[in-house]
Amino acid sequence: MSQQTRPPDGSGPGTAAGGTDVPEAGTARRSGATAGRSALGRVGKVRNLGLIAVLTLLCVIGAVSSDNFATRQNILVILTSAAVIGVITVGQTFVIIGGGIDLSVGAIVALASVWCTTVATQDYGFGGMVFCALVVGAVVGLVNGLVIAYGRVVAFITTIAMMATARGLAERISDRQSQVVTVDSFNSIASTRWLGVPVLVYILAAAVLLGWVLLNRTTFGRRTFAIGGNQEAARLAGLDVRRHTVLLYVLSGLCCGIAAVMLTARTTSGASNLGDLYELDSIASVIIGGTLLTGGRGSLVGSILGVLVFTTITNIFVLNNLTTDIQQIAKGLIILAAVLIQRRGNTPSTA
Amino acid sequence: MSAPLLEMKGVVKEFPGVRALDGVDLDVAAGEVHCLLGQNGAGKSTLIKVLAGAHQPDAGHIAWEGEAVTLPTPTAAMRHGIATIYQELDLADGLTVAENIYLGHEQARLGFTQRSRMHSAARELLKRLGHPEIPVSREVGDLSAAGKQIVSMARALSHRARLIIMDEPSAVLAHDEVDNLFRVIADLTADGVAVVYISHRLEEIRRIGDRVTVLKDGRTVARGLPARTTPTSDLVALMTGRTVEYVFPPRPERAGPDERPVLLEVAGLSRPGEFQDVSFSVRAGEIVGLAGLVGSGRSEVLETVYGARRPAAGQVRVDGSPLRPGSVTAAVRAGLGLAPEERKSQALFMLSSIARNVSMSSLRRFSRAGFVDTRAELAATGEAVRSLDLRPPDPTRPVRTLSGGNQQKAVVARWLLSDCRLLLLDEPTRGVDVGARAELYTLIRRLADSGVGVLLVSSEVPEVLGLADRVLVLREGRVVREADAPDLDESQVLDLVMEGSAET
Repeated sequence: MSQQTRPPDGSGPGTAAGGTDVPEAGTARRSGATAGRSALGRVGKVRNLGLIAVLTLLCVIGAVSSDNFATRQNILVILTSAAVIGVITVGQTFVIIGGGIDLSVGAIVALASVWCTTVATQDYGFGGMVFCALVVGAVVGLVNGLVIAYGRVVAFITTIAMMATARGLAERISDRQSQVVTVDSFNSIASTRWLGVPVLVYILAAAVLLGWVLLNRTTFGRRTFAIGGNQEAARLAGLDVRRHTVLLYVLSGLCCGIAAVMLTARTTSGASNLGDLYELDSIASVIIGGTLLTGGRGSLVGSILGVLVFTTITNIFVLNNLTTDIQQIAKGLIILAAVLIQRRGNTPSTA
Repeated sequence: MSAPLLEMKGVVKEFPGVRALDGVDLDVAAGEVHCLLGQNGAGKSTLIKVLAGAHQPDAGHIAWEGEAVTLPTPTAAMRHGIATIYQELDLADGLTVAENIYLGHEQARLGFTQRSRMHSAARELLKRLGHPEIPVSREVGDLSAAGKQIVSMARALSHRARLIIMDEPSAVLAHDEVDNLFRVIADLTADGVAVVYISHRLEEIRRIGDRVTVLKDGRTVARGLPARTTPTSDLVALMTGRTVEYVFPPRPERAGPDERPVLLEVAGLSRPGEFQDVSFSVRAGEIVGLAGLVGSGRSEVLETVYGARRPAAGQVRVDGSPLRPGSVTAAVRAGLGLAPEERKSQALFMLSSIARNVSMSSLRRFSRAGFVDTRAELAATGEAVRSLDLRPPDPTRPVRTLSGGNQQKAVVARWLLSDCRLLLLDEPTRGVDVGARAELYTLIRRLADSGVGVLLVSSEVPEVLGLADRVLVLREGRVVREADAPDLDESQVLDLVMEGSAET
């Protein structure tokens, strides 16, 4: 193959000075040598375009079906309800690109929510509660990471065990009662608006922005792709795979801690049933966002578009007073369709 | 002569942007070993896939026993009696030997598999292949590469294959296992089965081949040459347009005692069951070769030096200070670099570009406070890629589109960029075609001349002897001889390597 694709006299275009910030993007520019190559290159971009198209279509449907859809108020409702799951999905995207999976995110949200709303913690006020939620999230993530990286237990099993354990612990601490938050400044996280936009939306924006920079512009992000793409090669290239794996789960846990603060403030109480099934929602968003479930390739922007697609569907159903069963069916079909498209793009005919 | 078993004429296969096959002719007679020769990218793999029914040709004719056929699916090919044994053996590791042999055509009645019938039939096939000792109820994942290959062949026979295509079967085998493979092939052809044999090793083609067809750039450039008598220079010339085979760069002249600094000192290194009490040293600018059979511990020694395995005893010193055992990160920081045996699974990130592959071990150089400067990265990787004459010299290309030799260069470029001072090479020319090999040899020597120490493992004795300055011969985990390479010859080394194992 190499002979045929070699540029004449082998001196190729000097791309070093060119503006290709992301080397992967180079795949799409070249008229591919094989069907597989060009298809693969296109998938990343086309996929985001496809998601944007789906989102636009949903917005049209929403606007047609309900007069209340295309209002400033409703757009903010969609963004606000995307905020919590969006922050969780940022962490989940890192974990999945790094070759893992985190099934415990919903349970971590519950545990962090309950722990930061105990009477004792509320005595410390706003700062103490936020600190507590973040630390609980990060520590649970740390435990996940240590068991996976150093205990060599498969991520799926480790985090499913953590899902049960953390949820149980949350129930035990709260005695299955909801714990009303009496610290007003804490609750105001959800009610405050800056320039007419809820603070929760700013938090989501900040998480996505920081996450994007971390994933695409830093050595940490680069290593995440490498470890997810080929763990053995990463190890033999001198990367500290185990330490990096631990950090990925800490990051995911930390995102859950932030999400717990947001969700607790919204509901003005901590409860052990918060975050139920968030693991599935976040994984589904990551997958329809074009990230390979096996790791090594993925996009944070895609994940967030995935979150927005799901929240917009829910919003349209709510506005039109439709039952949730049809909504579930629609979600399921979207996930399936996305994965089928993804598979078509990713099985190159190996010439 | 009656109609050949298989005849292909003017077969063309195009992929978007590439004409992988551009008029291939091939005829194979029953009972012969027909060798297919060509550089990587000459179209061998595509040709195999056309024969296996996995690709459809865009033009050309295929005749089976004189009658025109089409092979629209792998099942159709199988029905005619064409079986393919791919390089990456397509066996299910979790299933037993018998289950693998009958995968897809289980002996069943009313949907229930008939275990005992399948087992005895499988046993029969293994016996025919000269391997009655392979237990049919063993999981395939537990078998050696050689064992798996036998199972693949048994599967082919279970389909009553009359033409078996073997894609570089010897690449995964040790010396004695190759002998056994050849015996099996001889038995098969004696029964009238035809074998299409693909290999980079000319000496193998001489030993078992009847005729040779040479492909170059998707075309047949020579058809049905006698395998034993066609001069090597002719074959190489047909494949490459060049007239040389193994060319090793000259060793630098050296007078007086060697006073170059010692980079690596290995003392009393042991891992039970793998190797014992291995000691040696590598100086700056020196190429030290480790020769030995598969299982002699050579790759294990390399990986232990590199920290990928933890030694039970012994010490590794770099520049005189001990290296933290069992830590690759520490080894890389100390200036070591490994080009592992399995490039694709152990070294490369196949989803990424050449640049990202090359920069992986020196990201620190291109980053400030954790942020990667992609412009500097592209400039530096581009320079490394050009200095190694990697083709195409465009670092934004996906690494998976490179040929074997160029992928190896990408791995070497990674270590070049990380200012590696001791390069560990495990089978650097495996799966690399003849022309690109000479280039790699020159490159390795050039690195050594610039002061890099090289530790080389290869199962090809001429390669170790031709390239290394000093050679250690390993047998059953022990160093049995250490000498300057010019003082050894191939038969001596082979004797040393096989002595002992021949007795038991």
